[in-house]
Amino acid sequence: MSVTVTRTLDLKGLSCPLPIVKTAKALRELAAGEAVEVLATDPGSVKDFAAWSHTTGNELLESTQDGAVYRFVIRKK
Amino acid sequence: MTTTFELPRTETPPEPKKTGSFTIIAWSGDLDKIWPTLILATTAAASGRPTSIFFTFWGLFALVRNDRGITGTSWMQKMLAFMNRGGIANVKLSKMHFAGMGKAMMMSLAKKYNVASPQELLELAQDAGVRLIPCQMTMDMMGLKREDLIAGIEEPVGAATVIALAEGDTTLFI
Repeated sequence: MSVTVTRTLDLKGLSCPLPIVKTAKALRELAAGEAVEVLATDPGSVKDFAAWSHTTGNELLESTQDGAVYRFVIRKK
Repeated sequence: MTTTFELPRTETPPEPKKTGSFTIIAWSGDLDKIWPTLILATTAAASGRPTSIFFTFWGLFALVRNDRGITGTSWMQKMLAFMNRGGIANVKLSKMHFAGMGKAMMMSLAKKYNVASPQELLELAQDAGVRLIPCQMTMDMMGLKREDLIAGIEEPVGAATVIALAEGDTTLFI
């Protein structure tokens, strides 16, 4: 199954809770099933996005790190 | 190099664990308590939980408009507002405030590390649909009128409404 990433959120440099709060805000404008790519540098965001996706039911499809940048792909429930 | 973090392997996405309401009773007017209150509230709302903050006693001063100056009608209420200036921009640290110098340093650290200020978080909370509820009794006693408080908040209520809100999943007193 392929997932189309509708948009990319550049949240690099932002600290807790902004990566989650801004991602949730962006998701409000997406339709169910659409996906968003999030780029962040907050090390806490790795566990935070996993916890948040578990709480909300939005699916965390990818969680990777490239250097200091964390990349998450989230599909809206 | 790309590192992949292990994701929970399930056939279907797990059901959301908890989506019940999240209520904070914001009693303290200290910067270092109002700040985490707003961080938790914005995150709870971002996690899909119906979120409310009840601002009472010292906490209510965080809902006063920054430009309001001295509030109240009696000399005691005015003295109180003079000693404890209202507005989210005017909240003080509970320790190491040092007449504002400590706070200035804290805010400069926050800016350096891209931490949202209480002012920004209050706006984000409103944007995310967090219910901001002022305490009627505190307003009466401290001489705060509806027009002294920021726009976009709920009607003032009393303790019984908070008890009803506290029937939700999480209730914190900060």
